[in-house]
Amino acid sequence: MINWHTFFFMLFATITCAFAVAVVVSANVVRMAVCLIASLAAVTGLYFLAAADFVAAMQLMIYVGGTLVLLVFGVMLTARGPFVSMKITPANWLMAGLAGGALLILLLCAAVSVDAWKTAAVAESAAGREGGHTVARIGMALLGLRVDALEQPNPALRGGMAGYLLPFEIISVHLLVVLVGAAHLARARRTKKPIEPPSGTSRAA
Amino acid sequence: MRERMIAEYLTTRYGLPGWLAYGGVALVQCLILLGIMMFAAALFTWMERKVAGRIQDRLGPTRVGGRFGWLQSVADGIKLLAKEDLIPKEADAVLFRLAPYISFCAAFCVYLVLPFSNGWVAQHLNVGVFFIVAVAGLEVFGVILGGYSSGSKWSLYGAMREAAQVVSYEVPLGLCVVIPVMVAGTLDLVAIGNMQRGWGVNWLVFHNPFLFITFFIYALCTVASTNRAPFDLAEAESELVAGFLTEYSGFRWSVFFMAEYGSMYAMSGLGSILFLGGWHGPIPVAEMLGLTYANHAVLGWLGDLLGACNFLFKAFLGVASMMWLRWTLPRLRIDQVMTTCLKYCVPLAAAMFVGTMLWTYALPGGLLPRSTPMGAVAEAPPWTAPRAARGE
Repeated sequence: MINWHTFFFMLFATITCAFAVAVVVSANVVRMAVCLIASLAAVTGLYFLAAADFVAAMQLMIYVGGTLVLLVFGVMLTARGPFVSMKITPANWLMAGLAGGALLILLLCAAVSVDAWKTAAVAESAAGREGGHTVARIGMALLGLRVDALEQPNPALRGGMAGYLLPFEIISVHLLVVLVGAAHLARARRTKKPIEPPSGTSRAA
Repeated sequence: MRERMIAEYLTTRYGLPGWLAYGGVALVQCLILLGIMMFAAALFTWMERKVAGRIQDRLGPTRVGGRFGWLQSVADGIKLLAKEDLIPKEADAVLFRLAPYISFCAAFCVYLVLPFSNGWVAQHLNVGVFFIVAVAGLEVFGVILGGYSSGSKWSLYGAMREAAQVVSYEVPLGLCVVIPVMVAGTLDLVAIGNMQRGWGVNWLVFHNPFLFITFFIYALCTVASTNRAPFDLAEAESELVAGFLTEYSGFRWSVFFMAEYGSMYAMSGLGSILFLGGWHGPIPVAEMLGLTYANHAVLGWLGDLLGACNFLFKAFLGVASMMWLRWTLPRLRIDQVMTTCLKYCVPLAAAMFVGTMLWTYALPGGLLPRSTPMGAVAEAPPWTAPRAARGE
């Protein structure tokens, strides 16, 4: 039976896949980036359908917004002349096809191997029905308090449900180090001696 | 939730098929939002001309439509539609055609989650603030694509400047948005607006001195991120011909401008919810008149309507001050733009963040006396379909 959910899932999934293929097929870097944006934006739609608002907004912010930088670098670094196209040799196609095909087969095998995914699940969770109030839970978990641990009936499992404060801090410090490193690499080199003005000229002249 | 109830009412009362009822309700919502955005763009085009004229000691448009030239936007629209539609020979035609619509879609998506009054929002998102900040940053895609695909050096210069500017200003803008969110403790725009109900002292801008300063940093970053003078380096008529718009004409050019004015209004609206109380005015007129849901559903609805007018007026004032700024200040150089962002806005916003954090830690109640305690949220009762529809 086709309901709204299925319809929109099919729609967004088709857009995602079609533009993903278009990224591979097109030869112009900027067009590739545009197709990538469309593909990633359609994934956002899938996340909203799954009632995961926070992940959807993250997808927009990080992946779709981050492609902006890719686009800018695509324009700045690769295009010596206007609208340069990339040449792809058959060997490149073969290697990429092998790597991509292997991954695809692996994912498809994994997808059909789970018994629970073979039948259509009709039960909707209460959170999903009301549009996913996930942010507060995620925020509490990042502060070290797992709200879903309170709903876990098994006390043995409940002990293992720690918050994510430590991983969060580790990632933050890691990103800070990366930022400092980038700033160090990008800074203008200071010359030891100040540059002398060319002789024979003076300010008065 | 209201749209779902209306759709269910239509299916049960009039026997409409589900797809028609839901699709119709969604379409009506989209059209209302599109109407607001189009009307804002038309109004602000005319107002920009009048404001510019008055500031430069001229009259601005006076003739079209009788007094004040109030039909000038319509005349402009007809002129733009009738113009020849040019695509340069050197251009990447697909991207050139696509670029204005990307900008427009990004600007429109902001309206989908922007509440106009208590619960008057097309899609009540739990992460409304986050969504708006993420989507508003996507408008720059259209600018960069338009600049790149035009095949003109002026356009490319404009696009690259825009990219550098927007990527930089997203950082202080994001920081400024986070500060009121931290005080409110939620990313839900309706909840943030409802927290500031009551008198004007409940507005988040008066919550502490750090938030007061943050509001002005936010206003500055909004001007920069909507690509307006004095930060209009992507266009820069006197340097780059018209920047990324050089090769555009007619309808596509006007779509870019609809996106610009639409996003100006939306960002002003976001600022008014985050800092200026949203639909709760400096004087709680609706509560004084008894227009609350506690008295009657219709009275409550009227109070919400009053709130919506209040919100629209605040956002309008924000756009008006943006225009004032545009026609008063000269354009900054690109290095001055970067200095303003990285050396002033980012450290200031970070300092305000720390300051607000310490303030809320030390003085959770705040200094000013409040008519209602901060964080007391009054939700409208859920809208219920009339009894006939429920078969009672």
